[in-house]
Amino acid sequence: MDPFLLEALVNGILLGGVFALPALGLNLVFGVVDVVWLCYAELVMVGMYAVWFLFTQLGWPLPLAFATCLPIVSLLGIALHYLVVRPLLSSPPINQVLATGGVLFLLQGAMTLVFRTEFRSLGVDMPPMEVGEIFVSGTKLAAFCAALVGAAILWAFLKYTYVGTAIRAIARDREVMPLMGVDPQRIYLIASAVGGALAGLAACLLVVQLDVHPFVGLSFGPITFMICVMGGLGNMLGGFLAAFLMGIIVSVGGFWGTTEFSYVVAFGFFIVTMFARPRGLFAR
Amino acid sequence: MKSLIPWAVVVALLACLPLLSPPEYFIHLGVTVLLTAVAGTGWAMMGRYGLVSFGHGAFLGIGAYTMALLWNMAGLSPWVGIPIGVALAAGAGVLLGYPCFRLKVIGHYFALVTLAAGEIVRILITALREYTGGSLGMTPDRVPPESAFLAMQFDKTGFWWLALAAWAGGLLAWWLLDRSMSSKALAAISEDEDAAASIGIRVTREKLKVTLISTGLAALAGALTAQYRMYLNPESLAGLGPSLQIVFGAIAGGMYAPLGPTVGAIITIGLDESLRVAFGTDFTGGAPFIYGILLVLFMIYLPRGIVGIFERRRKPAAAPPALGVPVAAK
Repeated sequence: MDPFLLEALVNGILLGGVFALPALGLNLVFGVVDVVWLCYAELVMVGMYAVWFLFTQLGWPLPLAFATCLPIVSLLGIALHYLVVRPLLSSPPINQVLATGGVLFLLQGAMTLVFRTEFRSLGVDMPPMEVGEIFVSGTKLAAFCAALVGAAILWAFLKYTYVGTAIRAIARDREVMPLMGVDPQRIYLIASAVGGALAGLAACLLVVQLDVHPFVGLSFGPITFMICVMGGLGNMLGGFLAAFLMGIIVSVGGFWGTTEFSYVVAFGFFIVTMFARPRGLFAR
Repeated sequence: MKSLIPWAVVVALLACLPLLSPPEYFIHLGVTVLLTAVAGTGWAMMGRYGLVSFGHGAFLGIGAYTMALLWNMAGLSPWVGIPIGVALAAGAGVLLGYPCFRLKVIGHYFALVTLAAGEIVRILITALREYTGGSLGMTPDRVPPESAFLAMQFDKTGFWWLALAAWAGGLLAWWLLDRSMSSKALAAISEDEDAAASIGIRVTREKLKVTLISTGLAALAGALTAQYRMYLNPESLAGLGPSLQIVFGAIAGGMYAPLGPTVGAIITIGLDESLRVAFGTDFTGGAPFIYGILLVLFMIYLPRGIVGIFERRRKPAAAPPALGVPVAAK
């Protein structure tokens, strides 16, 4: 196989790992709370700014900045749920989506006010590694591994803890679970906190690969939504697999054409998928 | 037809406004408000029947870039280019809408498919930078004043009349739709698609009709805006950002009343301009910040928009069952 194509394929898988985290977070929130957080990529953006600020401005060590970013974005998720989503729980879904779209503007505006529109870079990079015939970016590989670990922890949390079981149960049946003594409001809050933490983790992985600016969310936000919808909204495993599919399409598409056209191909693929399987590729 | 007479008088009065020779700046504001209102009216035509599109920016872009490219590359006047752009955008709307409606891509899924479509158009415009100038944008070629009319390169007053005509056209389309059976059919579809189909409503056809009008109006607004500013760029004419701005304007004003999106346009433009005048460039980001808060507050407290307040006061019992009203409020 052509080593460059192989490299594109490997990069696609690594990229998929990074897409997978926000896709998992969005799907978790949607599956449990039944609300699409249109501002999810903006939560990630705030996390990226948090890391950048703590690391370059306050001079904190990078791991500590990462560790602080998670609770910050998690709190943001809780605030989002309390202030915006909760008052709208009985509203039509479209109103909920539009309100979180308002939060998208709010966060972009707030970050522009605070940090201006300059591109901020962390300025850390790991040397590329040579594996066989191909070069793999160390940063991307590390991000990929961290994403997998994050996904595994999430899986274990959902599978083996009482709260995790309650979360899965409420995603399955919203009416019956309250009768079983589970307080849905509490579960919604926990899911929002976990969803926020996943956005925080995604922020840590993205901030080493991308420059931060207030509109950075628009560069990976749309594709994250498409991944979730492709995998079936609320279907965590489907979203996880779709993330790798999209990563490979973008990366291999970029091998044959420009990066921009690879995104056009990926988005076009998404639209065609929606026509073929309107409830997602992995819908049951 | 009688109910149209007061509207005609209002439009005629507005058309006479430049005779009072107001400052250029006010005409500029007026043109911007009217053109934003046209896009918002177009969006609300779909939005009020539950067809929430997050990709209307795409149609602004298709209209504007078709017009500008035809002018710069083929020398085709915007008078011809704009109708072509509108037709292309409406065609694109149908191309996207038909499979969506046919295959029952609705709700969240519809919103996200349109979002993807909007992004595709934005990226395509950026990627075709040899022709469109990419993210740097493009400017339509200027012509000497004697042929300005043919090239649709007017002063602000000229555009005031053009924008007014487009706005009146949008409202007329709204009025005609409201009187037609399609409006009842669409209302039924938005309540329960299967039930509507079972009583013989052609769901796909009705949705396509309103999509045609809606996307066409968006393209008209996009093309006129570009021609007025004499500048096009993908970030302001396609993609998620402008799409959400259209949605915000329509929601803030109220998407269930014909004048709602216009009120919304006045609010958004007024907010933008007053922040710019008050704070200058120090406050970049202030406008989206305040938009965001307002959008959230509107969704929670006023889902029918500003116009909705007056509606409820005037005829509390006769208000139609709105899609946007929280279940608890019904």
